[in-house]
Amino acid sequence: MFSPFLPLSCFDLLVGKMSVKVLIPTPLQKFTQDQAVVECDASNIQELIDVLESKFPGIKSRLCDENGNPRRFLNFYVNSEDIRFLNNTATPLSDGDEVSIVPAVAGG
Amino acid sequence: MTQTLSYKPTFTKLVSKEGSAEYPLKAIHVCEETFAPLEVAYDYEAIKAQVSREKIAQGPNSIWRYKPFLPVESENPIDLGTGMTPLIKSNRLARRLGLKHLYIKNDAVNMPTLSFKDRVVSVALTRAKELGFTTVSCASTGNLANSTAAIAAHAGLDCCVFIPADLEAGKILGTLIYNPTVMAVKGNYDQVNRLCCEIANTYGWGFVNINLRPYYSEGSKTLAFEVAEQLGWRLPDHIVAPLASGSLFTKIYKGFQEFVKVGLVEDKPVRCSGAQAEGCAPIAKAFKEGRDFVAPVKPNTIAKSIAIGNPADGIYALEIARKTNGYIETATDAEIIEGIKLLAETEGIFTETAGRSTIAVLKKLVESGRIDPEETVVVYITGNGLKTQEAVQGYLCEPLVIEPKLESFERALERSRTLERLEWQQVIV
Repeated sequence: MFSPFLPLSCFDLLVGKMSVKVLIPTPLQKFTQDQAVVECDASNIQELIDVLESKFPGIKSRLCDENGNPRRFLNFYVNSEDIRFLNNTATPLSDGDEVSIVPAVAGG
Repeated sequence: MTQTLSYKPTFTKLVSKEGSAEYPLKAIHVCEETFAPLEVAYDYEAIKAQVSREKIAQGPNSIWRYKPFLPVESENPIDLGTGMTPLIKSNRLARRLGLKHLYIKNDAVNMPTLSFKDRVVSVALTRAKELGFTTVSCASTGNLANSTAAIAAHAGLDCCVFIPADLEAGKILGTLIYNPTVMAVKGNYDQVNRLCCEIANTYGWGFVNINLRPYYSEGSKTLAFEVAEQLGWRLPDHIVAPLASGSLFTKIYKGFQEFVKVGLVEDKPVRCSGAQAEGCAPIAKAFKEGRDFVAPVKPNTIAKSIAIGNPADGIYALEIARKTNGYIETATDAEIIEGIKLLAETEGIFTETAGRSTIAVLKKLVESGRIDPEETVVVYITGNGLKTQEAVQGYLCEPLVIEPKLESFERALERSRTLERLEWQQVIV
């Protein structure tokens, strides 16, 4: 499902809007009319959050805390990589990227 | 084994660990507002009215003697004799470390699958049945998969487990034997977890450590209850436990608090210290740097079963270590292996790599003066070394191969004694 060969686009100097696939966790699907996957145009995570808010009003306050930072119990992944290992909310997005938003879970 | 005394259920709702949102007792694990973990709330007056030391002592010889403290309502919970593992008074290890009152809680011999996970899974699957699930599942580094598969088999539940594909062979076999569906995911534990969250959302399965997690994690409290009871209904001064997600650590603390709250033991401070492997130590790092958030790391250590790079309960573990005047320390892979031998050679207990880091850290805490020799210390051994034999292979002596002749035996014996003496000298010099 997540191709390990997708380039992380670090050398992709293309500027412009990128179409990305966003996986929405169940508790937030009430904002997206029950859609588990939505398509968005955004060039980085911060912008993606704003685009999601304009499409689905109210979702941003659930994704981010009072200071506008992603909530600490939420993980954002770009093509299976945690954005905290990339460039946090400045992590760039390229055409065809998959962004998943997943609540933190406990161990085993 | 299931002569459980009848108790009225005492758990009342799920509450968010951040803020005050409340939820009904369903299979949900995160707060819809903040995504913080949910925790089971109890009516402690109702517990207090139903328990006494005598009644508990008369209960089953398993975790279910503490049933009023656990989030289940079944008259007959799933009971494979889980819990009531030995609390061993250590003499040889204690002397080696310079401690006067050291106890080892030995979950390497927990039933049925030889790790503390049997406690949490017994609670989770009992609750899963109550909630009407027919398929149960888990994301696991190994021990949890063993336990879920075994206890599901006993309970007649369908089971599908997800493991990272690079796990120790012994652990996969120890799951396959119960004939669940096993998915070996090419990725690390965090990636496995993420995939499982997506599946839990769409398939309606009971994932013990995802949507059943509020119930599941409560099972770890029995590690505190048993220690208090086995010490003669008193609390220890200091505990040392391994830290993966941080859940076990926080629940041990909660267990002691609950026993105080309902008057089963006298209140006193219990210092809680945690152990992480250096190759995967996000909580220890935050502790040492004085941060109140845990930055995720990519695991790289032999202690696979505690290699959780993004621990969900990390911040709560931090909080508890700080407020109880405990410490969170790390051990290198070399120190972990050394711990392997130390516990086995002094106490006859073979623990897995996770347990090893606990002993290595115990040693460091004593050496650095963070544990007082007079303290009553309980160290938690949470898994069995026979499951991770690869980790110690190459660090142990070879057998002495001899001819079936007395003369050959005597030569080999003499040689091994000489080698032993040489080794001793090396240590002394």
